[in-house]
Amino acid sequence: MSETLVDLSRLQFAATAMYHFLFVPLTLGLTWMLVIMESLYVMTGKQVYQDMVKFWGKLFGINFALGVTTGITMEFQFGTNWAYYSHYVGDIFGAPLAIEGLMAFFLESTFIGLFFFGWNRLSRTQHLLVTLLMAVGTNLSALWILVANGWMQNPVGSEFSFQTMRMEMTNFWDVIFNPVAQAKFVHTVSAGYVTGAMFVLSISAYYLLKKRDLEFAKRSFRVAAAFGFASACSVVVLGDESGYTMAEKQQSKLAAMEAMWETEPAPAGLKLIAGIDEADQRNTWELEIPWVLGIIGTRSLDTPLPGIKEIIARNRERVESGVEAVKALNVLRRDASDSQALALFETHKQNLGFGLLTRKYVADISQVTPEIMDKAAASTVPPVKPLFWTFRIMVLLGFSFIALFAVALWYSVKDTFTEKRWLLRWALWFLPLPWIASEMGWFVAEYGRQPWTIAEVLPTHLSVSTLSVQSLYGSLAGFVGFYTLLLIVELYLMFRFGRLGPSSLGTGRYHWERQGAMQSA
Amino acid sequence: MLDYETLKVIWWLLVGVLLVGFAVMDGHDMGVGTLLPFVGKDDTERRVIINTVGPHWDGNQVWFITGGGAIFAAWPLVYATAFSGFYWAMLAVLWALFFRPVGFDYRSKIDNATWRTTWDWGLFVGGAVPPLIFGVAFGNLLQGVPFHFDANLVPYYEGSFWGLLNPFALLAGVVSSAMITFHGAVYLAHRTEGDIQQRAIRAALLFGVIALVAFAAAGVWVQSIPGYVIAAGADPAGLPNPLAKEVVREAGAWMVNYRHQPLLWAVPALAFLGGLAALWAVRAGRTFFAFWASSVMIAGVIGTAGVAMFPFILPSSSDPRSSLTVWDSVSSHLTLTVMFWATVIFMPLIIAYTSWAYKVMAGKVTKAYILENEKQAY
Repeated sequence: MSETLVDLSRLQFAATAMYHFLFVPLTLGLTWMLVIMESLYVMTGKQVYQDMVKFWGKLFGINFALGVTTGITMEFQFGTNWAYYSHYVGDIFGAPLAIEGLMAFFLESTFIGLFFFGWNRLSRTQHLLVTLLMAVGTNLSALWILVANGWMQNPVGSEFSFQTMRMEMTNFWDVIFNPVAQAKFVHTVSAGYVTGAMFVLSISAYYLLKKRDLEFAKRSFRVAAAFGFASACSVVVLGDESGYTMAEKQQSKLAAMEAMWETEPAPAGLKLIAGIDEADQRNTWELEIPWVLGIIGTRSLDTPLPGIKEIIARNRERVESGVEAVKALNVLRRDASDSQALALFETHKQNLGFGLLTRKYVADISQVTPEIMDKAAASTVPPVKPLFWTFRIMVLLGFSFIALFAVALWYSVKDTFTEKRWLLRWALWFLPLPWIASEMGWFVAEYGRQPWTIAEVLPTHLSVSTLSVQSLYGSLAGFVGFYTLLLIVELYLMFRFGRLGPSSLGTGRYHWERQGAMQSA
Repeated sequence: MLDYETLKVIWWLLVGVLLVGFAVMDGHDMGVGTLLPFVGKDDTERRVIINTVGPHWDGNQVWFITGGGAIFAAWPLVYATAFSGFYWAMLAVLWALFFRPVGFDYRSKIDNATWRTTWDWGLFVGGAVPPLIFGVAFGNLLQGVPFHFDANLVPYYEGSFWGLLNPFALLAGVVSSAMITFHGAVYLAHRTEGDIQQRAIRAALLFGVIALVAFAAAGVWVQSIPGYVIAAGADPAGLPNPLAKEVVREAGAWMVNYRHQPLLWAVPALAFLGGLAALWAVRAGRTFFAFWASSVMIAGVIGTAGVAMFPFILPSSSDPRSSLTVWDSVSSHLTLTVMFWATVIFMPLIIAYTSWAYKVMAGKVTKAYILENEKQAY
């Protein structure tokens, strides 16, 4: 595989996935806010709550349209651009994707139609049920795609079969209850809830600053403050859960994220910031809180976490064994009954992926030299600097969200938030930050998975489709151009309807409509 | 637990069901999108047309998404080989589909003629391009596609995008396009009234006739194009290995299944009966019946191609033994079992709540409805 082809395929996947994730978190969070608002409407019968559902629902729809658009690509891009990956792991990875369609996409997409168009044809309770099912569908889709993604990070419940030349599922329940998948699911949906809450909080703060539609904005602000505080706390706590599963299942990612070159005596300290010298594999300076990383990562005081150098040294042995596995596999592919090769293969099978890493440097396994094995082993820890810093930005943002929502909730309870203009401005300026945090989080998760598509099983450079580099340049430009154009249209509509506020519903009850009426009178 | 061979056949049927479901459900949205700029003469009429599918297009599109996921899970080698091989055709489908979610949701949010006309043509592209490309793709499947696997089962596609556009494939594209537009027109006739309905009926008669004639022509032509036959080595119950078999190309080979099992002629017969019944019914104003009849036609047309090719899914013209079949492109016994039960559980639920959604939104979409719901309707 040409390096350029692999890089372009990665870039295209990263670009399309990150575009997609501009829209997903807001969908995840807003659906539940709509359920809360509509429950308030059904319980109190107050018109303002129905207006809230309809208006925030309108913005939800504008966002959802692009979520669907960019989502279509994701279902097919494994096939178009990652053909060998699709063959090699489709037996496991395809199942959650298909179940996501059957169980989640149908649910959310069918009921979103009734959510928008069913108001006059359904009773209040029926419509609330529709909204609820839409929210459930949305969140279930996150569950299944994170089951699939969790398996890429921690491939459980499966085994390589030399007869079919691929990974095959051995236990479906292990795949579903993969601890990495479960930790990622709760962390990711919480991040979505924070995004939804921030969206409503910020835009409501804007109306309050402009002194428009106060009743509408105040109620929206309160719902967002409460929902946001709970979500921001859970995103941080559940992120910590991710840290714990990572220390066990994804040690190289953790070591890189923490710029931990050496195995430190337990419990390891947590570096707040550090000067990283990637070439010399050391930090020139560090600001560290003692013990914290060891406790988060191992929930104990005496289990050491391995450093980068130790991980590479261990993986050097696995590469050597993996090369034996590849050699035995080549024999078996020609003659499945060769019992000597089979025995050899069984011995080294668990390191097969490490042997495949050498294919990046030399196509013929018999040409692998000790230097190539060194290189392959060194490649098993992803670049440190980008992971170290993006992770820290994400965490800092996470804590800042807790602070904002805590203050917003405090003044919501005291009912004095409309006077606190500094709070409203703070809320307004924080609007884009949850998106930045989410994208950073995905960067850490997926860049940190390198050099693998399936951790320790399938190297990235073997996973791509055998396309021409020209095709990739063309499609990458097409995706980025098309998506950017659509994003501009989406933002235009968001800002337009955001500024209009509930007046866009055409009920005659809100600011701009009354303003218009006054002018014409 | 069902045995492996049975499951392989069941999954061939289930993928067929998903394809037919996609063509019937998403197909009528696409047909409506194709007709939109021609049948709707002014903005209100176009909004009427859009709102006949407004509440449902998103749910219907999931048949496409789920079809992709199911092929990934059940036939990973087909998913890998077909989508990477048909790279530009696949991207053209995806990019055309991009216009739909935004077209539906954004079009009527801004009151500006240029804005709205632009999205109308976007919805046209999103409706017209995918069925055409799927038809062309099927036409190529029937002739075989140039690809091969290496010893590690890495697929290599040797053709080009332009090679897909050969005469037989283009005829298949006409069958598919006309059939889907026919189906959309029938649906539109059912959900509208007055002038729009009359125009929809005229469109249905036109495209229905084209679809049936083109389908008959393709049926004649297919008897002389080379089909594929497994000569040796394929083990229906065995572990999938596409390189273990021998395949030969033979003119008329796609008729073999029909010759061996004359009952199978019922499948193409259904296509004609469904199409003729739909034509008669839509003319007679029995639009609800016509929709079911055109759905039967779609099932018949897709089924005809599927039956002719069985057990082939993706024959290779350049290296016939690399051809993908029902026996050797499937996932493991366990995965097929898991996916079988997932489908058995969820498919009836999906059909139930989709039916409920249509029931809630049933009735004609009228101009009065659009004017009353100026801000809420699409």
